Amino acid sequence: MFEMKIAVESWGRDVSLTGRLDAGSAPDFEKEAIAAVDAAGESVHFVLDFTNLEYISSAGLRSILVLAKRLAPSGGKVVLCGMSGVVEEVIGVSGFDSFLPVAGSRGDALRIVGAV
Amino acid sequence: MESTVRERTFPASLDCLGGFRAFILEENGAEERLPPKRVAHLDVAIEEIVVNICSYAYETPPGKLTIRVEESPEAFAVEFLDNGVAFDPLEVDEPDVTRPLEERDAGGLGILLVRRMMDEVHYSRKGTLNSLRIVVKTPRER
Repeated sequence: MFEMKIAVESWGRDVSLTGRLDAGSAPDFEKEAIAAVDAAGESVHFVLDFTNLEYISSAGLRSILVLAKRLAPSGGKVVLCGMSGVVEEVIGVSGFDSFLPVAGSRGDALRIVGAV
Repeated sequence: MESTVRERTFPASLDCLGGFRAFILEENGAEERLPPKRVAHLDVAIEEIVVNICSYAYETPPGKLTIRVEESPEAFAVEFLDNGVAFDPLEVDEPDVTRPLEERDAGGLGILLVRRMMDEVHYSRKGTLNSLRIVVKTPRER
């Protein structure tokens, strides 16, 4: 089971993920996220809220990498928040926390993208 | 508890990922015997190994993938057997996870996760089969 909700904000997109971001769901996530970048038509940031994300695999990491690389040339950031359990471990083992900002709370994530 | 071995053969197709997970995690009792954190590690390892085999092992997919679950008092082990081209994923260099975004690609992350999350990972070539065996040690019972 996987669900994503994308809220349009002045600074970019506030995305909350629920369930499993795996080989089955990652292509859909990537497609929707990239479509959201294209629709924005300007520099945008993404906050990915993992509070309700139970699971992520390398397929999920790959889709986040594609999004981050797509945003980078225009200065857009992908900020992660709400990580726990195996999701936090996977992000740590892969070193994604070394090149993506990780916020301790949702409030901190919104501060990083300049929303508050 | 006696040691038991159970195996089942599936088409090596990503459509069967749910079936592999159910066989290992539910029918074979990983969820009962291992702490939730280790079940989650096993869940990641299963997906990464199955995705690798289904994507790369067969020149004309889909082939077959046999899963053998070995339970003993000390450990919960899973062996993945495919008869695709000989390939030892443990020979592949680990990605440098300290590189910046512009120098990163996603290659090699799956097997890296398997190595970090399992207590043991072994590859062997058994005749015409690739065998990848992962082991989670069982917590000692009081």
